[in-house]
Amino acid sequence: MAGKLVLLDFWPSPFGMRSRIALAEKGIPYEYKEEDLRNKSDLLLQMNPVHKKIPVLIHNGKPVCESVIQVQYIDEVWHDKAPLIPSDPYQRAVARFWVDFVDKKIYDLGSKIWKTKGEEQANAKKEFIECLKLLEGELGDKTYFGGESLGYVDVALVPFYSWFYAYEKCGDFSIEAECPKMIAWVKRCMQKESVAKSLPDQEKVYEFVLQLKKLFGIE
Amino acid sequence: MAGKQKHTRLKNQLKMGEVKVLGSWSSPYGLRVQWALGLKSVEYEYIDEDLLNKSEMLLKYNPVHKKIPVLVHNGKAISESAVILEYIEETWPQQHPLLPKDPYERAMVRFWINFLDNKDKVAPFITFFIGVGEEHKKAVKEAKELLKLYEEQVLGEKKYFGGEEIGMLDLAMGWMAYFGVIEEIVDVKILDAETFPRLHAWIQNFRAHPVIKNNLPDHDRLLQNYTEKRQRFRANSPHTENA
Repeated sequence: MAGKLVLLDFWPSPFGMRSRIALAEKGIPYEYKEEDLRNKSDLLLQMNPVHKKIPVLIHNGKPVCESVIQVQYIDEVWHDKAPLIPSDPYQRAVARFWVDFVDKKIYDLGSKIWKTKGEEQANAKKEFIECLKLLEGELGDKTYFGGESLGYVDVALVPFYSWFYAYEKCGDFSIEAECPKMIAWVKRCMQKESVAKSLPDQEKVYEFVLQLKKLFGIE
Repeated sequence: MAGKQKHTRLKNQLKMGEVKVLGSWSSPYGLRVQWALGLKSVEYEYIDEDLLNKSEMLLKYNPVHKKIPVLVHNGKAISESAVILEYIEETWPQQHPLLPKDPYERAMVRFWINFLDNKDKVAPFITFFIGVGEEHKKAVKEAKELLKLYEEQVLGEKKYFGGEEIGMLDLAMGWMAYFGVIEEIVDVKILDAETFPRLHAWIQNFRAHPVIKNNLPDHDRLLQNYTEKRQRFRANSPHTENA
C-alpha cells in the first residue's frame, strides 16, 4: 500500500507536526513540501480548494485534508505498523473525545495568549491551564495517553509543546510550574525520534511568533 | 427453528447490552445518534434533557462539556455526536453500515462531517434565523453558498450522501430535513426546490425513510418552540432594530 506520499506543510504548524509524527512512527517515507502561506502554491490550492490550508496529505494524487483525519487515514492504511488508535471501540471513543477536546481548546486558547493582553490574556491563560489539567487527569499514571506506546491523543497534543515557550514568554507564566505532569509526559514523548524530529525548536517558534506580532501590529 | 431464533435474539440482546441516549427533542446532534441506533435496530432508552435545567445524570456523564448527546453503553458514557457515531458503527458493524470500507472514502466522509460541524459553517444558518438587516443579508448569501457546495460537490448525483443507502454524512446533514420550519418562521426561503433540486430530493427521500420518519421533531411543536426562542434571542440581542 506504498504509492507516492506527499505532505504539504508549514514548519511551525502543530497540525502539520501531527502527520509528520504519525508517518515517522510508522516509518513511512514521504516527500515533505514546505508551503509559503503568503504565497500558496498551485498544488495546495488545487488539493485543498475548500480551506486552502496546510497540512494536506496527498496519497497517489488524492488529497486528505485536516490533520486529525490524516492521522486516522494513515493509521487505517498502514494499520500493521505502530497502531496509534486503540482497537477497542470504547477506548477509541475516549481517544477521539480527547483529540476533539484538544482541537476545540488548545490552539484557540494558545493563540489568545500570544495575541492579546490584559484581561483577555489573563482569562485565556487561566482556561489554558485548566484544559491542560483536565488532560493531565486523563493521562493519569500512564506513560503516554496511548498507554505503553504513543497514541492518537499523544500525537494530537504533543506538537503544541513546540509553542509552549512562545506562550510562556508572551503570557509571562510557567506551564511547568502549573502542570508538571504534562511537562513530564512531554519529555517522555521527546525521547522518541518520531516526535523529536517532527517538532521545531521552541526558540525558533518564539522568533516566528514575534515576527507575526510585528506583522499584525500586536504589541 | 424457533429455538435457534430465540438463541439468536438472546445473543443480540446480550451484545446490545444496556443503551441509553441523553438527548434533546429538537437537537439535530442528538437525533443523529437516535437515527444511527434506529438504522442498526439497536434498542435504547431515550432520556430527554431540559437544557435550561440539566440533570445530575448529564453532568455526571459529560462533566467536561455538559452537553447532549451522550450515549451510555453498559454504564460507559461517550460524548460528542461525531465520536458517538463512530462508536456505534464500530460496535454494531454488521447492520446498516454507516461508513464505506475504503479508507480514502472514509476520510472524505469524516472531512465533510468535520466541515459542516465547524462553528463558522453553522453560524450563517443561525444568523439567518435570528439576525436582522445587513448581517441577515450576509447570512443569506453565505448560507446559499454553503448549500450550493453541499448540493454540487458533496451530494452530486447520488441519492444519499452515503450513496444508495443512508450513511453517516446523511445523518450529519439531517438538520436540513426540518430546516423548513426555520424558513417558515423567518418567512424567507433559501433551500428551495428550484435552486437546489438535488438537496430538495434528498430531503424528501431522507424524511421518507421509516427510521427517520418516526424520529423527527413534531412540526407544530418546533414552530412554537423556535418562534419563542427567536423572540427571546432578539429581545436580548443588542443588534435588533426593533424591540
